[in-house]
Amino acid sequence: MSTPLEHDYIGLTETSSMERSSEKISSSSSSSSIPSIEDKTSKTANDTCLNLKETELRLGLPGSQSPERKLSLFGKDLETNDNKSNGFAGSSPLKNLVSGAKRGFSDAIDGSNGKWVFAMNCKSEVELAKGAVLASPRGGLDSKTNSQQAKTSVSVMKEVVGVPQSPKPVQDKNNLVPPVNEHASAPASKAQVVGWPPIRSFRKNNMASNLTKNSDEGAGCLYVKVSMDGAPYLRKVDLKTYNNYMEFSSALEKMFSCFTIGQCNSNGLPARDGLSESRLMDLLHGSEYVLTYEDKDGDWMLVGDVPWEMFTDSCRRLRIMKGSEAIGLAPRAMEKCKNQN
Amino acid sequence: MGSSELKRSKDSVSSDESARRSSFPDEVLERVLSLLKPHRDRSSVSLVCKDWYNAERWSRTHVFIGNCYSVSPEIVARRFPRIRSVTLKGKPRFSDFNLVPENWGADIHSWLVVFAAKYPFLEELRLKRMAISDESLEFLAISFPNFKALSLLSCDGFSTNGLAAIATHCKNLTELDIQENGVYDKGGSWLSCFPESFTSLEVLNFANLTSDINFDALEKLVGRCKSMRVLKLNRSVSLEQLQRLLVNAPRLAELGTGSFSQELTIREYEELESTLSNCKIMHTLSGLWDAKGIYLPTLYPACSNLTFLNLSYAALQSVELAKLLAHCPRLKRLWVLDTVEDKGLEAVGLNCPLLEELRVFPADPFDDEIVHGVTEAGFLAVSFGCPRLHYVLYFCRQMTNAAVATIVQNCPDFTHFRLCIMNPGQPDYLTNEPMDEAFGAVVKTCTKLQRLSVSGLLTDLTFEYIGRYAKNLETLSVAFAGRSDWGMQCVLGGCPKLRKLEIRDCPFGNAALLSGLEKYESMRSLWMSACNVTMNGCRLLAREMPRLNVEVMKEDGSDDTQAYKVYVYRSIAGPRRDAPPSVLTL
Repeated sequence: MSTPLEHDYIGLTETSSMERSSEKISSSSSSSSIPSIEDKTSKTANDTCLNLKETELRLGLPGSQSPERKLSLFGKDLETNDNKSNGFAGSSPLKNLVSGAKRGFSDAIDGSNGKWVFAMNCKSEVELAKGAVLASPRGGLDSKTNSQQAKTSVSVMKEVVGVPQSPKPVQDKNNLVPPVNEHASAPASKAQVVGWPPIRSFRKNNMASNLTKNSDEGAGCLYVKVSMDGAPYLRKVDLKTYNNYMEFSSALEKMFSCFTIGQCNSNGLPARDGLSESRLMDLLHGSEYVLTYEDKDGDWMLVGDVPWEMFTDSCRRLRIMKGSEAIGLAPRAMEKCKNQN
Repeated sequence: MGSSELKRSKDSVSSDESARRSSFPDEVLERVLSLLKPHRDRSSVSLVCKDWYNAERWSRTHVFIGNCYSVSPEIVARRFPRIRSVTLKGKPRFSDFNLVPENWGADIHSWLVVFAAKYPFLEELRLKRMAISDESLEFLAISFPNFKALSLLSCDGFSTNGLAAIATHCKNLTELDIQENGVYDKGGSWLSCFPESFTSLEVLNFANLTSDINFDALEKLVGRCKSMRVLKLNRSVSLEQLQRLLVNAPRLAELGTGSFSQELTIREYEELESTLSNCKIMHTLSGLWDAKGIYLPTLYPACSNLTFLNLSYAALQSVELAKLLAHCPRLKRLWVLDTVEDKGLEAVGLNCPLLEELRVFPADPFDDEIVHGVTEAGFLAVSFGCPRLHYVLYFCRQMTNAAVATIVQNCPDFTHFRLCIMNPGQPDYLTNEPMDEAFGAVVKTCTKLQRLSVSGLLTDLTFEYIGRYAKNLETLSVAFAGRSDWGMQCVLGGCPKLRKLEIRDCPFGNAALLSGLEKYESMRSLWMSACNVTMNGCRLLAREMPRLNVEVMKEDGSDDTQAYKVYVYRSIAGPRRDAPPSVLTL
């Protein structure tokens, strides 16, 4: 497989360019002062984020770089895990454990100090570093392909991002954005490459407000958290994107399948072929896990009892709980259903 | 007419030609040529011989200038004495994306001054990426009594005061088309400046403006302009107001709605539905800001003859789009936001067999929070259902070589293929290979390809393919791609019809730049930014090619040896004199 090695635009190619690579780099660092509004706002965002990052409580050695969620394979929602979710015992320490896992992953990237190195302003470098990291796994997950691909993507990512082998550009990058900044800039407004993606200002400005309006009115999406007992992190799903329980269950199944592979096999169900529509239900009903949700009233209900629309209207969050814990749940759900009927 | 005949006899050449001329009078030739519209055909005609050159220049009424600095207004006026309509383009395209400094140039004023003297009967002015001040607009409004049509696309430097001047003074105005400009919107009172006696307006597009307009004035204007066929409102116009306007203008061919999300009563909903159902000849629909799904059905009856649907400001979901498209069987052009996702594009493939153009814009290009957007699956679905597709602009976050290969097999007639994989340098997400084979497939299969924008992880191989196969390619946009000078050299060495080459953030250096020495004079322009080109390279180019303008845009505090932004273009007007201090002409 051809790998994108030596994808370093600063003088490492076999080009017959006349200048030394270091000169290019120094010019690119100074080019960061392109006067544009976007630059200024993202710079401010960078600064703000940097401060937040420094004061954030987290597990790990002081001074170790906190991996951004953007570097995480598994989810962007970890940092949105608000502390109100007290219902989930052990969610906070779990999060930090995950941070550890993430750190290891990001170390792989930092270790080779592999970032796209471009002859342009440092912010774009930042952006591209994240972009490169983001690319494959997001693609893998978004298209709902199996996690096999996502895993391949991880290794690819490391390869792709770990590209610039020569230490020279790395050292020269010291006069560009220091690594801490680059990480810090991730969670807030994404550091932007000037003029990329190529969209006219008018469209950019108007789309943004268009979408804000939609989400304010709640028309666009309905995100709820999904937790699974024993899983190290939560997911978020947009209930509006599904039309019925079957779609929803297969989506959840894909999302959490990495945790149920063992159960799948032990039950004799094939791990990953020709999904039957209610596999998660089968899986859950047939074995260890039960899919439950917390409704508007704060009660924990069994998923599947009420019509889909009613479910999406009342569901506040979901929990895939171990069957053993759910024994007392079902009768209560049935009763409530009767009452509602 | 007498003086022009005198001129022509002065221009006469050899006796051979005069013998021929007597059997084919100039008047006839001019008459025939006056029917010829496309400017490229006219250019060809003018090269046949001197007689034809003269006949052509006397009969030409519209001039198209693709780069305002390639020629001076005096030269234009000297060659073409009878111009009524001018199209001018100014700044390099990357100025749309903030890559060109504010005060770069392309100011229309010097042109207007010459036109006022030489073309007092000028009727139309269409400008793209030019700088226009309010003073210029006022000067325009006052200087040309016959002025009919003003179209401004992606321009800047003016405010609504300038529009007020146009409205006040242009008594014969038929077209006012303000699109995607950097307008300083000082309020909507400019609309009230159209006099009560003014009835000639046929095209009104102010969708670009953000502030509230004087609706009363607008309603009256639309009411008295009985020939109005294009009306594109801005977001401040509500659904109810739209309905009131449409009652007076059922013969609209092109409609841009305002905001499509007001709270309507049942009666208002029905009224809107009924009014829209009268708009049977509508072929273009746009606007639909903040469109709420529940109101879209009011549009259904108006969509039967729709050929162009612009939903790029309406964040629709896939189901909403599918339902709407079911009523648009004749659709040829569709612009959407990627909120419709792959499912929405599947609906496109199913419902729009006549589709020729698709543009999918990203709703959230800078935000990773929300997982939306389209993938290769959506593009594939469209290609299976729409074999006539020849223009695509597609923003996505993932793509594969295999998908693109299949897409161009399904749609081999692409003339414009603009694929933007939004993460720079991203490989095929399934195979992790570069996207070389994707674009290779495009240029090999689509022999009519005129315009190509590449993205994703690309090696020099992509450019080898382009240089070798893209025989009709005229415009190429490259970003974050390539490995070495060889890539750019391949393009400059191949692509016989290349006219515009714009490159950013690629590892192309002086060797690549200089390999195009011979080529640049046959091109309109070259843009290179954030590449490896140096000042020395640019100076060498400027020295070798005196008929090219080589301009370098300096950044504050940048290294003096690097040429960070380079813009090279052919010109018969010599180096420009209005460049700001940050732009060096070498």
